[in-house]
Amino acid sequence: MELQALAFYVFAAITVVSAAMVVGSRNPVYSVLYLILAFFNAAALFLLLGAEFIAMILVIVYVGAVAVLFLFVVMMLDINLTELKQGFLRYLPVGATIGVVLLLEILFALGVLGASKGTVAELAAKGVPVSSVENTRALGRVLYTQYFYLFQAAGLVLLVAMIGAIVLTLRQRPGVRRQNVGDQLYRRRDKAVTVVKVPTRGGVR
Amino acid sequence: MMAVGLGHYLALAAILFTLGVFGIFLNRKNVIVILMSVELMLLAVNINLVAFSAFRGNIEGQVFAMLVLTVAAAEAAIGLAILVVYFRNRGTIAVEDINAMKG
Repeated sequence: MELQALAFYVFAAITVVSAAMVVGSRNPVYSVLYLILAFFNAAALFLLLGAEFIAMILVIVYVGAVAVLFLFVVMMLDINLTELKQGFLRYLPVGATIGVVLLLEILFALGVLGASKGTVAELAAKGVPVSSVENTRALGRVLYTQYFYLFQAAGLVLLVAMIGAIVLTLRQRPGVRRQNVGDQLYRRRDKAVTVVKVPTRGGVR
Repeated sequence: MMAVGLGHYLALAAILFTLGVFGIFLNRKNVIVILMSVELMLLAVNINLVAFSAFRGNIEGQVFAMLVLTVAAAEAAIGLAILVVYFRNRGTIAVEDINAMKG
């Protein structure tokens, strides 16, 4: 139990610090790398909670796909780094005020700060119940039966996103000569070759 | 050292969510960092869902966490595609300069 608490505090601290660095980092490439660190530590927290499948999916989907997508875009766009952080201090007071107010509101609402006797305290007192079925199997049991339509809808969302991203970024450049297979196949001898009678000592015009 | 309860996870998620909101307010020059802040907020939501799911002993929360993950991935792909197209046309991604539709 002690070890688990220690692991929670370590992972949570690294997550919070790297999330702060995502927001405050000067270079967007570093921001993406800190985002990856935050996702890794969040995956470790999910492991602590016993949600192994979600933890692995987080690592695969976020670190493997989304973060790399971010990295590609950051490196593809030629951004002027010096002017990126101008106005950082100008928006700091209003941002900090709203952030602190929001944080206090959430913490009070959850009863983390105040002593509320709600669902949260009730659930926290019980602790994590030990399940007899392993996490992935339990998830599959409800995902493919009770939430099957939702699962299909999620796939549809991904399909739409894929088509949308391709349609948005596909670019037809004017003036680029491409191979046209149809034209090549329909080419006949009489269009391509002409037989010329060459007179002696005349040469071909 | 006190044992880790549900409140700890919820507090962590609240801090992450607030950092995401803070990042959206702070960055006026870079849309990519705003997209990353949105990802942080979605991660906070996921931590909330999984924590409640674990402490209730109810697997449904993790199903919804997976759906949130799906939507977040789709959102990142579309958002970055829009960003690339915008940068190609305008040569900037600063939030302050995106005002072509202002009346």
